[in-house]
Amino acid sequence: MSAQTLYDKIWAAHEVRSDENGLTLLYIDRHLVHEVTSPQAFEGLELAGRALWRKESILAVADHNIPTINLENGITDAVSRLQVETLDQNCDKYGLVVFKMGDERQGIVHIIGPEQGATLPGMTVVCGDSHTSTHGAFGALAFGIGTSEVEHVMATQCLIQNKSKNMRITIDGPVAVSITAKDIVLRIIAEIGTAGGTGHTIEFAGEAITNLSMEGRMTLCNMTIEAGARAGLVACDQTTIDYIEGRPFAPTGENWKLAVSYWQTLHTDKNAVFDREVHIDGALIEPQITWGTSPEMVVSVNDNIPDPAAESDEIKSGGMRNALAYMGLEANVPINEVMLDKIFIGSCTNSRIEDLRAAAQIAKGRKVADNIKLAMVVPGSRLVKRQAESEGLDQIFIDAGFEWREPGCSMCLAMNDDRLEPGERCASTSNRNFEGRQGQGGRTHLVSPAMAAAAAVTGHFVDVRKLVR
Amino acid sequence: MDKFQKFSGIVVAIDRPNIDTDAIIPKQYLKSIKRSGFGVNLFDDWRYLDPGEPGKSNSERRVNPDFLLNKSRFKHAQILLARENFACGSSREHAVWALMDFGFKVVIAPSFADIFYNNSFKNGLLPVVLAANLIDQLFEDFERQQDYQLRVDLENQLVTNRAGIQMPFEIDEFRKYCLLNGFDDIGLTMQHADQIKAFEQKYFAQYPWLQ
Repeated sequence: MSAQTLYDKIWAAHEVRSDENGLTLLYIDRHLVHEVTSPQAFEGLELAGRALWRKESILAVADHNIPTINLENGITDAVSRLQVETLDQNCDKYGLVVFKMGDERQGIVHIIGPEQGATLPGMTVVCGDSHTSTHGAFGALAFGIGTSEVEHVMATQCLIQNKSKNMRITIDGPVAVSITAKDIVLRIIAEIGTAGGTGHTIEFAGEAITNLSMEGRMTLCNMTIEAGARAGLVACDQTTIDYIEGRPFAPTGENWKLAVSYWQTLHTDKNAVFDREVHIDGALIEPQITWGTSPEMVVSVNDNIPDPAAESDEIKSGGMRNALAYMGLEANVPINEVMLDKIFIGSCTNSRIEDLRAAAQIAKGRKVADNIKLAMVVPGSRLVKRQAESEGLDQIFIDAGFEWREPGCSMCLAMNDDRLEPGERCASTSNRNFEGRQGQGGRTHLVSPAMAAAAAVTGHFVDVRKLVR
Repeated sequence: MDKFQKFSGIVVAIDRPNIDTDAIIPKQYLKSIKRSGFGVNLFDDWRYLDPGEPGKSNSERRVNPDFLLNKSRFKHAQILLARENFACGSSREHAVWALMDFGFKVVIAPSFADIFYNNSFKNGLLPVVLAANLIDQLFEDFERQQDYQLRVDLENQLVTNRAGIQMPFEIDEFRKYCLLNGFDDIGLTMQHADQIKAFEQKYFAQYPWLQ
């Protein structure tokens, strides 16, 4: 057999059938479900009188609408409440595993899947959410789908798919101390653009990637979709296996041994050919900040905001002008001089324990700057929250003037009450800086957790390396 | 799903690259548990000058007079012309539902984000990819002509302007077949149910920890 990529191998293992045009019926192992993109799928199933194919494949949780404060009051927004109740009812009706609001295991869907050991190497994982790419950190083929496809998986356990092209991004050499997975992925998006990975599955490779913890790999794969690729992959290694062992949904006993020996085959063969290869020098990656309204609008921390006049492509320079106007920024100003109003540490990109530790390390013994109206930390799950509390991180944040909140998607997309007001500027550890993403008229700058904490205590962007003790 | 038939329709253009699904339908409207009713909030942040909430009547809101979709001549637009990487971002199918609910049947762009592209076909919205230089030309024509229309013929994979200039486009055979016939692809997959069951038997024997 010819040399295969990791993606080729996972794909081949899940092919139920393929037609002459290469259209494949792909088998799905894990289906993660949340309240926003599932109600119409459940309804569709019912209207067509179809059964659910394999309920054991589903793990459901409410996350997008969940308040992060005063949980004892429930969800006060009636529209949000109905959506969450609808999920609970649908799950109860079909007998699905669901972590309801208040459950000790509740949290953001892309945090709790791995945390529970529900995401395993070699699996196909789908969810009606574009950040499903997160689970690729485990060497699983994981991608976001729309509601019609959610219904399709519920009814048939399969999806009709065309195979993507293979792309590999190698970070050559190690990255410097204090450079995080978030900086790596923002640099990648800056290099290849938000459509750079369209039509591809991206495998991440190189020393800087294998050096990452599972938390870091999840941050990296999470934002693969911001580079245009539905799925990102990191090959399974001992770091992966050590992370999974002993988690509630992970295999045990004889099955564990069988699984591990299979997982160890899940890597790209030596001579496999990629449709596209990209190399980035790890040593050149600095702390990254987005300045505009697309995740590809990125600068390094000590750079100036770019000038559209220097961009020769007319469509691009027009996009840059729109972005500067929306963001209320001027070209050629150092990004470090930009003053902030709010700080958000959270989201499926950066709300795991390691993220909270990194932010707490910077916040420790310091105070949130006077110009910051709100600095909030939203753990990705209740289990992450408990872990952080057992390490005393909550107290560090509270002492510094941060708000310590309950888990959920929160101000990443502002479907609950956590949002920016028009014109407010936020350093955010989330994944999208689109217009209005964190609230209508809100201005988002994407950064790593440590950079967000550094911005909180100084009131503006600052090279976090100056604050590391 | 309705069968996709050839038609001539009014074109409206939005000259921005990377229009994301948050712009197409903002998050607060995703709280709905229905598939319909999203059209009035399509491009909500650009269409209205004040913020909107689900349940709040749009008639009480200040309309942005400069936004093209608010002009009466585009009220019945059926073809949206856009720039590269259209509908990037979130997987929300609500973006497709909102475009269709407004009345769009076709989006023409040089490139689309993958998830949106997939979602479109599931609902009968046709995403047409044309080369960037052709798109430039269409934008110019749109700027120059008052009542700019295009004819879209899926069967023959052609976009035609009034002067009769034909612009062919590529499309996957299966997707074309489903659109033309209005087929629900769950129904088509269910025809392979026995094959899926046979696959599962073999699969779980090989990977028992997944059962």
